[in-house]
Amino acid sequence: MPQGEHIELHRKRYGRQLDHEERTRKKEARSVKKRASMAQRTLGIKGKMLAKERAKEKAVMKKTIAMHEERDKEKKADDGQKGGAVPAYLLEREQVERAKVLSNTIKQKRKEKAGKWEVPLPKVRPVAEDEMFKVLRTGKRKKKEWKRMVTKVTFVPPGFTRKPPKYERFIRPTGLRMNKAHVTHPELKATFQLEILGVKKNPNGQAYTGLGVVTKGTIIEVNVSELGLVTPGGKVVWGKYAQVTNNPENDGCINAVLLV
Amino acid sequence: MTERAAKQQKLAHPVPPANVIIQFQSPEGEATGPQLDVPHDVTPAQLETLLNGLLQAAERLPYSFFIEEQELAAELGAHLLKHKASVESVLRVVYQPQAVFKVRAVTRCTASMPGHAEAVLSVNFSPDGRQLASGSGDSTVRFWDLRTQTPKHTCKGHRSWVLVVAWSPDAAIVASGDHSGGIWLWDPATGKPLGQCKGHRKFITSVSWEPAHAELPSRRFCSGSKDATIKVWEASTRRCLFTMSNHTQAITQVKWGGDGLIYSAARDCSINVWAAADGRMVRSLKGHGHWVNTMSLSTGYALRTGSFDHTGSIPPDMDAAKAAAQQRYDTARDGRPERLVTGSDDFTLFLWEPSTQKQPLARMTGHMQLINQVTFSPNGRWVVSASFDKSVKLWDGIKGTFVATFRGHVGPVYQVAWSADSRLFVSGSKDSTLKVWDLRSKKLLMDLPGHADEVFSVDWSPDGESVASGGKDKVLKLWRR
Repeated sequence: MPQGEHIELHRKRYGRQLDHEERTRKKEARSVKKRASMAQRTLGIKGKMLAKERAKEKAVMKKTIAMHEERDKEKKADDGQKGGAVPAYLLEREQVERAKVLSNTIKQKRKEKAGKWEVPLPKVRPVAEDEMFKVLRTGKRKKKEWKRMVTKVTFVPPGFTRKPPKYERFIRPTGLRMNKAHVTHPELKATFQLEILGVKKNPNGQAYTGLGVVTKGTIIEVNVSELGLVTPGGKVVWGKYAQVTNNPENDGCINAVLLV
Repeated sequence: MTERAAKQQKLAHPVPPANVIIQFQSPEGEATGPQLDVPHDVTPAQLETLLNGLLQAAERLPYSFFIEEQELAAELGAHLLKHKASVESVLRVVYQPQAVFKVRAVTRCTASMPGHAEAVLSVNFSPDGRQLASGSGDSTVRFWDLRTQTPKHTCKGHRSWVLVVAWSPDAAIVASGDHSGGIWLWDPATGKPLGQCKGHRKFITSVSWEPAHAELPSRRFCSGSKDATIKVWEASTRRCLFTMSNHTQAITQVKWGGDGLIYSAARDCSINVWAAADGRMVRSLKGHGHWVNTMSLSTGYALRTGSFDHTGSIPPDMDAAKAAAQQRYDTARDGRPERLVTGSDDFTLFLWEPSTQKQPLARMTGHMQLINQVTFSPNGRWVVSASFDKSVKLWDGIKGTFVATFRGHVGPVYQVAWSADSRLFVSGSKDSTLKVWDLRSKKLLMDLPGHADEVFSVDWSPDGESVASGGKDKVLKLWRR
């Protein structure tokens, strides 16, 4: 028997204290006072956090009480709805309000223009250039400083051929190259190891997107043919976007959450 | 060089044959008169003169001509070239009589009549074209004076939105139904209520009076409601004579036919035919796949106008009126049984002959959104359907074949109304404009902007003089030439 189960075993064998129910009841009744005194006495950041929690609870409680009270309240009978008269042929037809439709289309257009998409991590800590690149000194006297080595994890597509080493400016070390990502499906809560197809967007800049740098918050495209997803039209989905949720250079692996 | 130019000119403008041999054919299919040799540049007006001469009619009647279902609008030669009709064999020219009087298109808004406090939901001219009634969301029915274009009576009594307003065929009583299920009867001359018909539980969707040729003065009317029942009422006692309840969902339209049958369309995708005498169900017409929204009878215009015609003459007494109504009904029927066209949410229309058979005569597909209203033309030869796909389609009223589409509206088209001579029709839409369309040229004739918001209801007066429209902007507009 594991060592954490002794108490439970005793309880099963001998039962609880005879006045257990009464004690728990009284303890609960006293807990109100205890909570109140804690709330009044706690100082500093702890006090503030406690106060915030209690304020939330109070709001929820007030709402439920109002809901219950509505049942007893007497309402005036609806004598002919004011406004919004429609002829018989439009009754019981769901007509989206014109204003709402217009504002929704405008909002969508704006979002598309701005390139804003709904992602799990909307904001990430910006990575500075000196953190991203390490300057490599080259040349006979090691005076030239135009080469940079990427210090973060990168994704390099399989058929990639590099420029002649003498001329390449950005070096992506093979030790920091990764092909696979651990992708979690947000609803199923299951994680799969899927191949990366490409880097879609790095929030720190287009330059990093082009290089294939994978940092926290990057949108990558992964191969989901293993998952067996099918579109409503009957086609098999084989690529989906996912957002990276960890710092791959610290962990040695890329963890991402699938964008459904 | 000149020879080449001459040859090119010859090829570019082929000379059509000089003469064409035609044979006039009546709409039923029999040949009229001998074969005629006519020049290629003959116009429809000249053909009309020829035909009138052949038929030896006492007065000159207007006709329209069709060659292989295409209406002849221009010179014969040009028409033949355009439609590539062969002139080898004898050309059959089918003629169809048109209405003797001609309604002119409305061009301008002569009056904007505010007064309602809420959206105007229903606008109806009386059968004689002299009076106008409107029902609105502010639970009142208003009567308007057409000559001075001012409100005449405001009738209060309803408890909620007035959804339906229906004139009796002798223009003596107006029945109005509202959102809470109550029906009120009004006297249009004084504006006083005659009584209330209580019985329906939910909102009234449609009211239809018994035709004038069956009974004058008008006594009975039927109403359909969301509670899936149709009630037949007696107007003088405001009593419900009987209730017909076979439908399982809301009734969208009821029509009292001229043969003693009542037709009802409902959201349970079926149309029921009832006997008006006792309320026994005769037939159930099934075929639609979704709610049946709208319904129209080929004799509908004659039933609505009763003994009145476009001249506005009042018959001297009840018997003369009944005889006149019977005659109008017989010409509208044209010897055939009544036809019914229904439009539905499944984007199709069906053409039925409900008094004879259960199967539809034709299924009319083509719309891309639900159909809101279908109407037969006053002469029963055409059907026009208004749909939420912003188009209005024209169909043949006898065979059910598609003829033309009228595009121009930028929002769902709500309602359509025919002019009394079946040559023009007006459509009102959600985009706040009305458009007058010409049947012969199949084109837009007049664009009538002016409403500030959606147009919910349009009606063309039976004398062809004016069009009335009302909508969400609470203003009633009258349009004249």
